[in-house]
Amino acid sequence: MAGSALESPAARAARLQDEPWQYAGGSSKGVTGTVASVREIWAQRRLLGLLTSRELKSRYKDSAGGFLWSLAKPLTQLFIYYLVIGQFLGAARNIDNFAVYIFAGLTIYTLFSEIVGAGTGSIIANAGLVKKVYLPREIFPLAAVGSALFNFVVQMVILLVAAGIIGTLSFGPQLLFGLGSLVLILIWGTAIALLLGALNVYLRDIQYLVEVVLLLLMWASPILYSWQQAASVLPQWLLEIYVNSPITLAVLGFQEAFWSEASNGVPLPHLALRMLIAAAIGVLALFGAQRVFSRLQGDFAQEL
Amino acid sequence: MAGNTRVVEVNDVSKRFIIRKEKSLKERLVNAGRSKQFKEDFWALKNVSLEITSGQTIGLIGPNGSGKSTLLKTIGGIIQPTTGSIRRRGRLAALLELGAGFHQDLTGRENVYLNASILGLSRKQTDLYFDDIVDFSGIKDFIDTQVKFYSSGMYVRLAFAVAVHVDPDLLLVDEVLAVGDEAFQRKCLDKIRSFQREGRTIVLVTHSLGQITEFCDRAVLLNRGTVLFDGAPHEAVRDFREVLEERRIDEAEAHNATHEEQVPVDNGSILSTTVHAAGRAEGDPVRPGDDLVVRVTYRHPTGLDDWIAAIQIDNVQGVPVYGTASLRLGVSMGTLREPRTVEFIIRGAQFGTGKYFINSTLMDAEKKHLADVPQAVSFDVPHYDLAVGILHAEPEIRVLGA
Repeated sequence: MAGSALESPAARAARLQDEPWQYAGGSSKGVTGTVASVREIWAQRRLLGLLTSRELKSRYKDSAGGFLWSLAKPLTQLFIYYLVIGQFLGAARNIDNFAVYIFAGLTIYTLFSEIVGAGTGSIIANAGLVKKVYLPREIFPLAAVGSALFNFVVQMVILLVAAGIIGTLSFGPQLLFGLGSLVLILIWGTAIALLLGALNVYLRDIQYLVEVVLLLLMWASPILYSWQQAASVLPQWLLEIYVNSPITLAVLGFQEAFWSEASNGVPLPHLALRMLIAAAIGVLALFGAQRVFSRLQGDFAQEL
Repeated sequence: MAGNTRVVEVNDVSKRFIIRKEKSLKERLVNAGRSKQFKEDFWALKNVSLEITSGQTIGLIGPNGSGKSTLLKTIGGIIQPTTGSIRRRGRLAALLELGAGFHQDLTGRENVYLNASILGLSRKQTDLYFDDIVDFSGIKDFIDTQVKFYSSGMYVRLAFAVAVHVDPDLLLVDEVLAVGDEAFQRKCLDKIRSFQREGRTIVLVTHSLGQITEFCDRAVLLNRGTVLFDGAPHEAVRDFREVLEERRIDEAEAHNATHEEQVPVDNGSILSTTVHAAGRAEGDPVRPGDDLVVRVTYRHPTGLDDWIAAIQIDNVQGVPVYGTASLRLGVSMGTLREPRTVEFIIRGAQFGTGKYFINSTLMDAEKKHLADVPQAVSFDVPHYDLAVGILHAEPEIRVLGA
């Protein structure tokens, strides 16, 4: 207790007298509530880092291969899709550099899927902490985002290396689309993770539902086929929903950045504008999700 | 002055718990129309108001399910009240469960950093305290082992060590002092004492009434979500015993009601208990060396063979100091029906300074308690300047030369 032993009871009381009151566990409503929550999370950012590294460390602890295992799944996926969809079913004939094409889409989609999947289960997985210690609970879904980002970075390195070797990578303004996609996925992924993480406490079915929906969503974005192929089949109204979904936009953005230039890709008209609008709506969704989360989190401790 | 800085204000707080009996989507859909049937709600706290000032050590006591842990959690912000508000100031550390932030797959060292961070310590501060923490825990050799290989005692030691090093202004403790071996418990209690000297505020939930009277300067007795008593610890402990006794009787009656066809059973009763020192009047102070005379009157409705009369003397902290019974003395009591008075004479009693309570008990031949009157009567032993404690003896001191 080195630093504090010097403080006498009277001095402590005097200091406390001057400290402002804070409401226990209380976050206020509306925008001020969100601001207060963000401030609280910011104050705990170091803990956020520790929780993220805890997730990562414990995931591959005791395994000889360590974090290399996190690469096994996407690389296997890449291999299967390339072989079966690209070669057997012939999708590679219409799409140049098919391997890079798939991997670009898979990389950004895996980020989304990990954020949502881990975020949904995050509150329940940390039930011990939620019930016993007061922390801004948003930290748990955010730690899930953090550990998903780590895996994303690893895959990103592979993608860049592969794109460099195959020759689809070039430096230019199109790389900004990659950044835009990342931001878009982070906003939407976090919003959905917050919302579902909170709801999952009350209704445990959600985590199983999420697994199924994530499987479905992968096929509802142009990762393994091109968006023109979907455009030729879908009715107009469905096509609008399809191309404007944030996941499709992020996947297209990633392909634009790391694949299109050298591969005769046909860009979606107004991609940048669409991404901006999706991001703007995403920010509103994130705000809404945080409000719902803070409303629901009051009863977490007793529901777990 | 340290006495009037409030650090916690609990304003009219109520907490309702709703217990849903279904959890899955299917059950909810199936039962959608009748969801009332599958809900049960009860008030864990009802209109509780408290003010806690800096430097106080407050004990929360009450029977199981009385709401004391809920109150502690609402103060800690872990549970939000249904109505009312709680505000507090200063740095808070909640020790609601030791090792709540421990992760099985990480080493002791990693967990110290993680747990310290959860309790609000920066990395630099943790670096500073790290050696102290490990010393305090006494498990230096295992600090780089994953905690899943720890024994439960080691786990607890490390967790407590972290928690007491985070420099809180307000410490919330929930029944965690009962863990660890005796030597470590002692260490923990010493730590709590030094926290008190440093003017930290402590709110303690415990079932050990001895701890309440020993450590706390104030106790709050809760029952069924309401505050029954708020004040001096030994009075709270006394009231608490009464609550427990009422509960015991209620439960015994409920038990009898279900098993013996709803006929309330009169098991016999204790009509009165008195105490005085031989040669003094009732209510006069009892001096060391006096013969203590305790008279208890018993009655039984249907006649009871081979009954046992017993008394026990507790000090204000609820620690049993003395007890005896007719069985121990080899006295056969015959049959009890009409009121009968038994006189216990405790010769040359040497009680130390303080107040003592007498509990009297009527038992049947199998030592089943038929009637208990806790703290039926009390006596005082006047202040003795030369010594403290529950035993009276004349001290003498000599300084021996080298």
